[in-house]
Amino acid sequence: MADSESKLEEDAILLRPIQRTGKPFYLSLSILLAVILWAVFVYLHQYRQGLGVTGLARPIFWGVYITNFVFFIGISHAGTLISAILRLAKAEWRRSITRSAEVITVLVLFFGVGNILMDLGRPDRMFNIILYSQFRSPLLWDVSSITVYLASSSIYLFLPLIPDIAILRDHAGKWQWFYRILALGWQGTERQHHLLEKAIAFMAILVIPVAVSVHTVVSFVFAMTIQPMWHSAIFGPYFVAGAIFSGIAALIVAMNVIRKVYHLEDYLRPVHFNNLGILLLVMTLLWFYFTFAEYITVWYGGEPLHMTILWSKFTGGFAPYFWGMFVFCFVIPLPILSLKRTRTPLGTLVASLSVIIGMWLERFVIVVPTLTNPRLPNETVIYTPTWIEWSILAGCIAFFIVLYMIFTKVFPIVSIWEVREGREKSMAEVQERIKTYLPGMGEE
Amino acid sequence: MVIDLDKCSACQACVVACQAENNIPIIGPKQSAKGRTIHWMELIPYIEGEYPHIKARLLPRPCMMCDNPPCTKVCPVYATYINEEGLVAQINHRCIGCRYCTTACPYTVKYFNWDKPEWPKEMKGSLNRDVSTRTKGVVEKCTFCHHRLLRAREKAKIEGRDLLPEDYIPACVQACPSGAMYFGDLNDSFSAVSTLSRERRAFRLLEELGTEPKVIYLSEGT
Repeated sequence: MADSESKLEEDAILLRPIQRTGKPFYLSLSILLAVILWAVFVYLHQYRQGLGVTGLARPIFWGVYITNFVFFIGISHAGTLISAILRLAKAEWRRSITRSAEVITVLVLFFGVGNILMDLGRPDRMFNIILYSQFRSPLLWDVSSITVYLASSSIYLFLPLIPDIAILRDHAGKWQWFYRILALGWQGTERQHHLLEKAIAFMAILVIPVAVSVHTVVSFVFAMTIQPMWHSAIFGPYFVAGAIFSGIAALIVAMNVIRKVYHLEDYLRPVHFNNLGILLLVMTLLWFYFTFAEYITVWYGGEPLHMTILWSKFTGGFAPYFWGMFVFCFVIPLPILSLKRTRTPLGTLVASLSVIIGMWLERFVIVVPTLTNPRLPNETVIYTPTWIEWSILAGCIAFFIVLYMIFTKVFPIVSIWEVREGREKSMAEVQERIKTYLPGMGEE
Repeated sequence: MVIDLDKCSACQACVVACQAENNIPIIGPKQSAKGRTIHWMELIPYIEGEYPHIKARLLPRPCMMCDNPPCTKVCPVYATYINEEGLVAQINHRCIGCRYCTTACPYTVKYFNWDKPEWPKEMKGSLNRDVSTRTKGVVEKCTFCHHRLLRAREKAKIEGRDLLPEDYIPACVQACPSGAMYFGDLNDSFSAVSTLSRERRAFRLLEELGTEPKVIYLSEGT
């Protein structure tokens, strides 16, 4: 015990947010709670009045809520996928960032699902989805896939938490009973460690196909219809790439905030932001590639129906959204992320905020213009979201931040045992590993 | 259903008859300006070419009652489906209002109740009792006046005879003053609609999509 006591000293700063809560926390909490309460009030208004309070009309049946749904589900790819890939690739720098990524995944999923429910005309009948489910509908594929994803990413978040919960059980004064239950009797024995590592490795592998499937079927909601510029085979991979893109951006933003607020400069170092910045750069280029491929084929094909929608994005009513998306997703982040000098915590923060805004616009530019230009002649309807829809978006973001804040107050946001393991074991392990790569060294 | 555009005078009697028959809510000018009007039967301008060489056509557009409907596939709760008569039906009291079918329909024939449906006080007494009114937040669409089929069937049963083709026609067809609309069984190759559907003038809307609509238009020199 004395041994672990002294070891904890080193990482004591990681427990501080749980032990002490300052005024700034409560201040920001109350501001965010005010936003949430406002959004709840607004939603109740919508529930009573019907969806007439939104800017939607025929033929633009889907708008901000569906955009939010795709956007939030996209953000959720931050965590689990990135953390799983880094774990499997044995990227040592992952140790202090995986947890903050995994938490994003689990929490933000609720808002993806929530937006779909808020978009329903009859939310009171939502259980019809279970009572009368028709599996030919891509929406049902979404329901199934997201449920599996939520379950597996929750488990994947929880497993590496166990040793840290045990630390809290042994050291934190308050809520001991709570941590005792969640620690599941963790003692840190060899056997337990072995089992845990195995379970984590298993979940890391499992979670990758699930994550890919989630955003693929989200895209299928659009791609399975025969509507122009939705009915596209590229949509699955395009959405998955976009999801990882916005997910990494969200992670960088979260890490920046955690780093500043909890003074974790020593744990979340410039090298982490540099590495994630490179990943984000790769995704920026990949995003451009997909967008280019999607639009050039439509343009070259030149079908009148498709061209109407294309021009409405390029030069028509949706041009501000489309070019805004292009600037935020590509023009701003590309130079920042390309230069090592600007791949700093601050630089990547600016690029990430830009990407997050850009990706929201991207989802909007996918959903709305197609619906605005149906095949048969129609009254021209311009969709402008109302304050109701903006309030609910603000409420979702505020609610997500609050949940994230609370998480950091209950559990360590940087994995203590994994950082410690890195310090104690991995140095030697990595050295051994490198030896196996090199000719003339180590065993055959 | 067959609609002869060469006979159609675009008087919109079919539109009005449909509104009255199917208890379609009156939403007022403000909501209407937002594009929320509900028309199970709508007269759409179909304009081809560029000014001054324009070819304009006015098409009465009910539900196409596709044999291969894109809307029924996507409904997560079986609230829209093809019934045994081959009509694309909508179960209003099961619909959750996700509006997937409305976005999937290439003919945009499906409508959503953005607000609580309302009628002027004077009209409430004259609602059609055979057609249930809808609530806010559900999708509705043309049913080919399915309630009339149910009623005709009942009547034939009481009178102890088989259902005759002339027993059941939708309100729009009944109201058409120029006799431009025909209704009947397409499967019966001797019926008027079947004969007309094989005419040289016959075409279907957006045929190339493979939806196989059961509404056939007739027009000279398309």
